[in-house]
Amino acid sequence: MSTTKVSGLAPWEEPGSLAGRIGKGGVLALIVLAVLLPLYTIVLTSLSSAGTVNRVGGLVLVPDGITFDAYRQIFSDSVVSRAVLVSTGVTVVGTAVSLGVSVLGAYALSRPGTLFHRPILFCVLLMFVFFPGLIPTYLMVASLGLKDTYWSLILPSAVSAFNVVVLRAFFMNIPRELLDSARIDGAGEFRILWRIVLPLSKAVTAVIGLLYAVGYWNAWFNAMLYIDDTRMWPLALVLRSYVVDSNPLPTATVGVNGFGHVAPPTLAIKMAIVAIAVLPALVIYPFVQRHFTKGVIIGAIKG
Amino acid sequence: MSADADTKSVTEVRPGATPAGPPVGARQDSFAARLRRDWPLLVMAMPMLVLVTAFWWVPALGNVIAFQDYNPFSGGILGSPIIGFTNFAQLFGDPQFIRAVVNTLGITAFQLVFYFPVPIALALLLNSVVSGRLRAFIQGVVYLPYFFSWVLVVAIFQQMFGGAGLIAQILRDHGHSGIDWMTNSDTFILLVTAETVWKDAGWGAIVFLAALSTIDQNLYEAAAVDGARRWRRMWHITLPGLRPVIVLLLILRLGDALNVGFEQFMLQRGAVGSKVSEVFDTFVYWSGLRTGDFGYGAAAGLFKGLVGLALILVANRVAHALGERGVYSRS
Repeated sequence: MSTTKVSGLAPWEEPGSLAGRIGKGGVLALIVLAVLLPLYTIVLTSLSSAGTVNRVGGLVLVPDGITFDAYRQIFSDSVVSRAVLVSTGVTVVGTAVSLGVSVLGAYALSRPGTLFHRPILFCVLLMFVFFPGLIPTYLMVASLGLKDTYWSLILPSAVSAFNVVVLRAFFMNIPRELLDSARIDGAGEFRILWRIVLPLSKAVTAVIGLLYAVGYWNAWFNAMLYIDDTRMWPLALVLRSYVVDSNPLPTATVGVNGFGHVAPPTLAIKMAIVAIAVLPALVIYPFVQRHFTKGVIIGAIKG
Repeated sequence: MSADADTKSVTEVRPGATPAGPPVGARQDSFAARLRRDWPLLVMAMPMLVLVTAFWWVPALGNVIAFQDYNPFSGGILGSPIIGFTNFAQLFGDPQFIRAVVNTLGITAFQLVFYFPVPIALALLLNSVVSGRLRAFIQGVVYLPYFFSWVLVVAIFQQMFGGAGLIAQILRDHGHSGIDWMTNSDTFILLVTAETVWKDAGWGAIVFLAALSTIDQNLYEAAAVDGARRWRRMWHITLPGLRPVIVLLLILRLGDALNVGFEQFMLQRGAVGSKVSEVFDTFVYWSGLRTGDFGYGAAAGLFKGLVGLALILVANRVAHALGERGVYSRS
């Protein structure tokens, strides 16, 4: 952002009044608290013993002994561990597919004037303005035989027109001379993409990859539509059923382990599932965050 | 890319027509020569085209079932009888559909007033933080909820504002009666707006922060020298600098008026009831997929798609009329 302000106030800038600065600080503190407090109490509750949770009568705000009981219980049961595996697999494969398809497509569209450039671009841009509708999409997935396969969680949402357009805007900004000189040296398009374009677009590719990954990790609706077998459910859908709707574990009828199949889950266990669902975002986030401004904004503005 | 804005801008880069456009050797080549040159690009575009065809074009055309008495078991899309606009006529007489339309538009209007300005205010606030490191930290925190799923956001709000949530718990500890905003249909619109602010306002501020960083700092200095104080500078320099982005996003939002967050409402429909939480998309799901009345649900979906398309085209026209860049006039 603006570099003039990083080192402090500009020479012409008058310092704010004391009341104004306190007020601003207070508002900012409240905003930060509003994001972090729920996360804090959720993680803390998931790490508290059943006794502590009962004594407090709900979410725990003050730590009183840390225990990993809830996590042990979750991972001793097949449902959540399986869902974590499913979500991880779908996220990894889905992100690879989406990013690969989008990068290739965006590069193919990055040079106006090439063969069929206009109709292909038109195809992609139409996706912005019209949504074909839930039901025809459902029928298509069903008629392709994708129901109850993991591909139904990946393929229907694999291409995001927005992401393709952002990537394309970046690729178009790469100086033409670079590409042309590589071409004169005899490099083919795939080589140019791999050796020149991608290394120059690391930031935007990382951000787009994160957006795809987050989308796959968070998705539950497609699974609800297309996957009847609860053992194939991703974590987000288990979370929905188990935490938001407070249903007993989805495999209640299968009866694998002795835990939680009849009684609704305890608060600590619920919060442990929430914590597991948040975790990947929290872990990857700091690495990608510094690219946000560079990656997303420039794309959004120039796109 | 409203269709015509796109055509306009794409025409400008017609092969061989613009000085900046075509790659080396593109001028007026024959089809065969261009094919020989560009086939790797076509191969690259192929996976994307296959996916777009399978999950966009075919379903888009599959909307013909909206005009059918569609039965997946006897005949499917080819064998089901055509019944014209019967599904649509039934739709407009369906009180639940009317309710979905009213709720959707009401929520859009409400959030236009109570959500839309929040990212702008947040961006101004963040921009005024002098310390770069502190600002980076706060930005990092406020962007974060954007990466949580709606399931998580609803779960978190449930734990905060639900009947067994933190607020109710604190109130009870102090001898008050508890609250339960998760199941209160009267305050539902406040709840969903609060959730949207919590999840998206931080991320939404990015665009405005970027716009703020493009404002010429000399303007501020000149204004300060001329004696304009903080608030006057904001009024006369900052806000006019943001105007194009604000107009653009406002128009985008209007074109998107029928979308109010499908997952958010699906997740909470059970808790507050369909009276206040039924919106366009949930109606399509419940009336079509849940009841198996595919043709009827598709009619509702198609109606929404077409109205949405019209809104975007109109919004883009308005943008051009106002002298703005237009929503999708990217080449």
